[in-house]
Amino acid sequence: MELVVIRAGVWFAALVLALMACALSVDWGFAVHMVICALAAAIALIVTLRGKDVDAISRGILRSPDPGKYDDEVIRWAVIATVFWGMAGFMAGLYIALEMAFPALNFGIEYINFGRLRPLHTSAVIFAFGGNALIATSFYVVQRTCRARLAFPGLARFVFWGYQLFIVLAATGYLMGITQGKEYAEPEWYVDIWLTIVWVSYLAVFVFTILRRSEPHIYVANWFYLSFILTVAMLHLVNNAAIPVSWFGSRSISVAGGVQGALIEWWYGHNAVGFFLTAGFLGMMYYFVPKQANRPVYSYRLSIIHFWALIFLYIWAGPHHLHYTALPDWAQTLGMVFSIMLWMPSWGGMINGLMTLNGAWDKLRTDPILRLFVMSLAFYGMSTFEGPMMSIKSVNSLSHYTDWTIGHVHSGALGWNGMVTFGALYYLTPRLWNRTRMYSVRMINWHFWLATLGIVFYAASMWVAGLTEGLMWREYGPDGYLVNSFAETVAAVHPMYVLRCFGGLLYLSGASIMAWNITRTILGHAQRDEAPFGDITFDPARDVPLTPAPVQ
Amino acid sequence: MNSGSTYEVLRGLADSWGLAAMTVVFVVLCLWPFRPGARSEADKAANSIFEDDNDGA
Repeated sequence: MELVVIRAGVWFAALVLALMACALSVDWGFAVHMVICALAAAIALIVTLRGKDVDAISRGILRSPDPGKYDDEVIRWAVIATVFWGMAGFMAGLYIALEMAFPALNFGIEYINFGRLRPLHTSAVIFAFGGNALIATSFYVVQRTCRARLAFPGLARFVFWGYQLFIVLAATGYLMGITQGKEYAEPEWYVDIWLTIVWVSYLAVFVFTILRRSEPHIYVANWFYLSFILTVAMLHLVNNAAIPVSWFGSRSISVAGGVQGALIEWWYGHNAVGFFLTAGFLGMMYYFVPKQANRPVYSYRLSIIHFWALIFLYIWAGPHHLHYTALPDWAQTLGMVFSIMLWMPSWGGMINGLMTLNGAWDKLRTDPILRLFVMSLAFYGMSTFEGPMMSIKSVNSLSHYTDWTIGHVHSGALGWNGMVTFGALYYLTPRLWNRTRMYSVRMINWHFWLATLGIVFYAASMWVAGLTEGLMWREYGPDGYLVNSFAETVAAVHPMYVLRCFGGLLYLSGASIMAWNITRTILGHAQRDEAPFGDITFDPARDVPLTPAPVQ
Repeated sequence: MNSGSTYEVLRGLADSWGLAAMTVVFVVLCLWPFRPGARSEADKAANSIFEDDNDGA
């Protein structure tokens, strides 16, 4: 009882403070955000006061099976949030791709113009879709591999809902034009502080679950997850160091400016790729690929080398985003050299994942979930080959600022992060809701092919667009003047922009099929009436040797 | 200590002893799973995820 009163008191204080901050706000965006915070605090207050059986209500909403050995309720929420934010992020991506091809779609409305929707898209897919997938899978994997229930169940629920509040604040902020102008770190100072609180709670839940383990060895997937949580905390704190202009306003001044600020930003930005989108998702890979293939990872010792090499090398690669800038030349070269060295751990990891299927490749014929994992590893290999190549200065002078970069990022994000997440979602959903399998296996296969084709259209069109732009921008005439104006390069790549939209549409269609499939599975519909996957009916009439034809 | 000399000291540390120390730590960490007798431990760890057959559900 006393605990309930204290908790309610904290939420009530938060509610009052948010309302006061709203009243004192110096800009309307901050006021809107404080109203959202006040609403969140009010909901938390009501839940705390009436909340004898919040989990029972939650299980009713989610149609969860009876609580088992592990604490899975928050994972179920995170699975649903992953699908929801994924759809939102993919739709926003398709819309801004259409805006690039057909600028009339901006409609002159500031809230939906490209500049504001673009960070909404990147944050929705990386931090909302990817972040929820990481929360779901890390909580799932750490419990199974440690054979321990989550430490601090209440804090784990706070991590999930607090993270959703962070996403809502970030997304609404972008639409209102609130940004600190740092790529992938756009949210302003007060949202950054909130994320820090949530993230430290995440770290506490994860680390204390590991400490409670009943398994002597910490499985390698947890190493990757832990490095992801720790490094993101460090990156977030350093890159977002800023001084607010007003305690009641949504503007701040970054502590580091100029080239130092740029280097810190790309140290953050590249390691967001390295530790959020790579280390965290490798944690997924090292658990779900062996589990789905029902075979141990090809080489456990290689996975440990993969881990340490990734940790030691990735952190130095950021300067390759600042080639031919005011950054000292030696720092650019350092970034390039470390990026190239990253080939080794990346390909070691890819080979380790793919070779896990060694001797069991026939499973690909009957298991579309395994297809998703294998395709994701293939894209991990391709994009981690392409990235270091693009970090070479002479290649970068052609590729930088062109759409090649966009193509590269999407082959990694759609191919590697997207596919491995889809595979993990298809793995988790039947297990978390105690169903024998997904509602439809054939729909998974449709999703696989739509997503693969979508990426092919996306990446190929952006390669062509990027090379076109790079070559047109650097073309000099005999008189020493540039041959092409910028507008001419925009016109030249227009067909490629349209093709990219088509690729994005395919990818979104695949994800829609997944959303439908997962919804039906959760709601417990009878399995779809369909022919078994990979079932080849025996036709005795065709099972005859070729009749030798007489030589003419 | 002014900022110029802080830079010099850190820079000097970074490309001498700091670099050497990190290289040694890295090499030891990478060789650690290859110490004698580590193979069976690694195999055991790789198979540990299959010990629960019902996924705890």
